[in-house]
Amino acid sequence: MGAGHSHALYVHEHSFIHRLPPEAKVVAAVGLVVSSAVTPREAIWAFAAYGVILGLLVAISRVPLRFLAVRLLALTPFVMFALLIPVIASGQTVTIGGVELSIEGLWGAWNILIKALIGGTVSILLAATTEIPEIIRGLGVLRVPALFVSIATFMIRYLELVASELGRMRLAMTARGYDPRWITQTRPIAAAAGSLFIRSYERGERVHAAMVARGFTGLMPSLGRRTATGADWAGVGALIMVWVVIATLALSLS
Amino acid sequence: MSARVVVRDVMFTYPDGRLALTGVNLTIEPGERLAMLGPNGAGKTTLALHLNGIYTADKGSITIDELDVVEDNFSEVRRRVGLVFQDSNDQLFMPTVGEDVAFGPANLGLVGAGLTERVDHALEAVDGVMLADRPPHHLSGGERRRAALATVLAMEPDVLVFDEPSAGLDPAGRRELITMLSAQPMTQLLITHDLPLALELCPRAVIMNEGKVVADGETRTLLADGELLAANRLELPFGFSPG
Repeated sequence: MGAGHSHALYVHEHSFIHRLPPEAKVVAAVGLVVSSAVTPREAIWAFAAYGVILGLLVAISRVPLRFLAVRLLALTPFVMFALLIPVIASGQTVTIGGVELSIEGLWGAWNILIKALIGGTVSILLAATTEIPEIIRGLGVLRVPALFVSIATFMIRYLELVASELGRMRLAMTARGYDPRWITQTRPIAAAAGSLFIRSYERGERVHAAMVARGFTGLMPSLGRRTATGADWAGVGALIMVWVVIATLALSLS
Repeated sequence: MSARVVVRDVMFTYPDGRLALTGVNLTIEPGERLAMLGPNGAGKTTLALHLNGIYTADKGSITIDELDVVEDNFSEVRRRVGLVFQDSNDQLFMPTVGEDVAFGPANLGLVGAGLTERVDHALEAVDGVMLADRPPHHLSGGERRRAALATVLAMEPDVLVFDEPSAGLDPAGRRELITMLSAQPMTQLLITHDLPLALELCPRAVIMNEGKVVADGETRTLLADGELLAANRLELPFGFSPG
């Protein structure tokens, strides 16, 4: 059923992590990102420990390293910025390879790089092992307001439809010789955006009618999916605990 | 399993003042399959939306067996009357087909094994068990139409109202759908421009124009009346003869 998996961030596998209920994974991901963000940058050993644990998680999830590496390229803008800091920051300097670098700047760069890397890896791991609708369902279980969950569900369902509608409009414009090069030629794009808005609004009305026709009264029904059990929470809790202990230790030692 | 639908003098004006239904009278017998023909803008879809209370008539009445289509009965009416919309993308709003098929019965209060059974049964009826885990935007047009039908069959309706069942389908997809519809025992109202489909599936047809029923009779007889068809912007496919 490979065709059923829609988004580019998902890796179709049957690992232990894939099978974990989404709400447990969301909590774990937030826990890991927050506790590594508060870890002092000087505690290099703590980041090494995070790295080992993350490495283990990646191995268990069977997400290919290459896949992970390619997705991590999204961090490039942060990396570029981080690499600039030692050059432009002031204060005490150290000379490495003939270039004078700020020590404070080097720590700043390290701080950004390592935390972005951890945050990036955790998010990619979450997305690679959990389909987007599942993540949203997990948010619902975690008591994120039902209205928000419904809106997000519909957005994901209809985003592709709206995008393809936009694609068809652009095709129709191009087919009639529209080839915008200057800012003064953007009027048709604005018109298209407006008509896309109206179309989406009307579709919303029709979708609502279709829901009402099948007995919708304002609350999305629960469809009896598996939710996190005590054992799931215990596992996720243990993982977060280890992470938080490292973070606390690092904070108290600094 | 199947119900009688009686529509009496139904009138409806859209909020923008456009007159949509100007006095519709129509009876559909239990288990009957009726074709509804007519030009664009004749009020066919508007009438369909009245049959399970999405729109409420300004005047007139609708009954499903003995049940009046009024606000107090809407939840029961919506269980009894299943509506398949023209654009299947409007019908399929959940992340996967399986969840979409479960949406209706779950609103009726079904849970657990009962719900799973309903979903499986509905998907089997449209030969769509393998569609359960797929997101709607990855389906072909034919698969999407079948999935949309399954979402309504899962409600086990007594009346099935299907707006443009064959529009946009390839000939094989159209044939599959005809086979599925002919296997369903409930009362059916098929709104269509596909005259051969009407002839094949429905012994009786009505023609709507300008918000009311202008002809009601044996499908074959109606389709043989060239003047009647022309007056209502209908035309048989080239080379097709209903005789």
